[in-house]
Amino acid sequence: MIGVVLALALLPYTVVGDAVPAPLVEAPGDPARGRAVVTSRQRGLCLLCHTGPFPEERFQGDLAPSLAGVGSRLSEGQIRLRLIDSRRLDPGSIMPSYYRTDGLERVGAAWRDKPVLSAEEIEDVVAFLATLRD
Amino acid sequence: MSAGSRRLSFLGVGVAPVLIVSALVGSAAVGLADADGDSRRSGFDFMGPQTQAMQGDDTSNPGMLAVLEGEDIWNRKAGAADKSCADCHGDAARSMHGVAAHYPAFDTGTGGPINLDQRINTCREKNQEAEPFPWESAEILALSAYVGLQSRGMPVQVGDDARLAGAIKAGDEAFHRKQGQLDFSCADCHDANWDRKLGGSVIPQGHATGYPIYRLEWQSMGSLQRRLRNCMAGVRAEPYSYGSPEFVELELYLMSRSRGMAVETPAVRP
Ligand code: HEC
Ligand code: HEC
Ligand code: HEC
Repeated sequence: MIGVVLALALLPYTVVGDAVPAPLVEAPGDPARGRAVVTSRQRGLCLLCHTGPFPEERFQGDLAPSLAGVGSRLSEGQIRLRLIDSRRLDPGSIMPSYYRTDGLERVGAAWRDKPVLSAEEIEDVVAFLATLRD
Repeated sequence: MSAGSRRLSFLGVGVAPVLIVSALVGSAAVGLADADGDSRRSGFDFMGPQTQAMQGDDTSNPGMLAVLEGEDIWNRKAGAADKSCADCHGDAARSMHGVAAHYPAFDTGTGGPINLDQRINTCREKNQEAEPFPWESAEILALSAYVGLQSRGMPVQVGDDARLAGAIKAGDEAFHRKQGQLDFSCADCHDANWDRKLGGSVIPQGHATGYPIYRLEWQSMGSLQRRLRNCMAGVRAEPYSYGSPEFVELELYLMSRSRGMAVETPAVRP
């Protein structure tokens, strides 16, 4: 496990319709770092469920739609809300909420009171997914 | 997701033609029938043909080594009572026939459910007057594999003891409760998404008919509770501790959910 996720209060954000239009942090997201998060089995976990245009990744799941072309389908704000809290859009979704710490049970000691991804990582992933265009 | 597209995604693994044939042979081998509309499938059916073959042949099944070790311990005198299991129970093939298929079972001593390991350790303490074997020790895994083998092929019989209704309900609730940082219930994977792929692994239905198992990833034998701790850690939940009432209740619920399916001990799993 690398990288420190500070157990600080989450940054506030505003939902508008089905999106969070404003970035969580001022510094712009970095697509290269975002790609590393998406393909990491420890950080992003995305490919446990999703497939995507990552030919070097052998083991991709089939529990979720492909991430290919997602930047053409969704705006950055829509992608941001799906990462922050996809269960706000569909309470039955199995996609974890990546930026939420409330309403969880029996969270393991190493993960308690921390979101799955930091605000900076969320912005990196948004910036990367926006580059995945058809 | 329809059954059809599930099958397609399964085919996507690229081993399907062999797998389907051997899965049919395999389910016949473990006595499962779909003819009566039972959609329950053992973890065996989701494995690749090589792993199935490894389980299917006692000369290649690494779990049989544990069984042999268990037979040894069965016949060895121990404790202040200086008695072996065999001194009281005789030939395990007769006295332990069908026993494991009933566990977890109601225990009059504690007034609640205990699993097979706990039952064996009860005899260790009370009847042999010896120290109980630690959880996951080679000895307890060997003995439970040996006792378990005496029920191989028999239908799971757990779930009809009225004294355990409350404990089964508690396990049922635990199975459906979301937990961990990733906020998953057991049912989210094993009821709603079985036969689909989580990374490189096919999600089975979570029938615990083959424990203790030899798991290739562990390169060793392990109990059902060890397997469940892996699943809990996978969703970043705090695993229950070994032998806790919560764990035995969950085991009890799982076995009642597998009622009628064939015992496979010692199974091999990826
Ligand atoms: C446990 C499974 C799971 C994991 C892990 C997961 N997702 Fe998802 N994701 C889904 C499912 C299922 C959907 C389909 C919509 C729904 O059910 O919420 C989805 C939908 C999405 C969508 C909307 C796609 C579209 O075309 O509308 C995006 C974007 C997305 N996920 C990105 C990610 C990223 C990035 C990660 C990793 C940081 C990730 N997901 C991790 C299951 C998952
Ligand atoms: C995120 C999905 C997921 C969740 C949640 C999950 N499991 Fe699993 N489980 C798996 C996968 C995948 C395997 C098979 C792993 C392998 O093949 O190595 C498995 C294996 C099992 C097995 C072994 C089955 C066999 O054939 O031996 C049992 C039993 C089981 N899980 C029960 C549970 C229980 C009980 C819970 C809740 C505490 C749970 N699982 C939560 C994905 C999950
Ligand atoms: C001094 C005699 C004695 C010894 C030694 C002994 N047991 Fe027992 N065992 C019993 C008795 C008595 C019972 C209770 C039978 C009953 O409840 O009908 C029992 C019950 C059991 C049961 C539960 C059977 C069931 O139908 O639920 C198992 C399993 C078991 N013993 C395993 C072992 C093992 C393994 C050993 C050796 C480590 C062992 N026993 C040693 C006397 C003994």
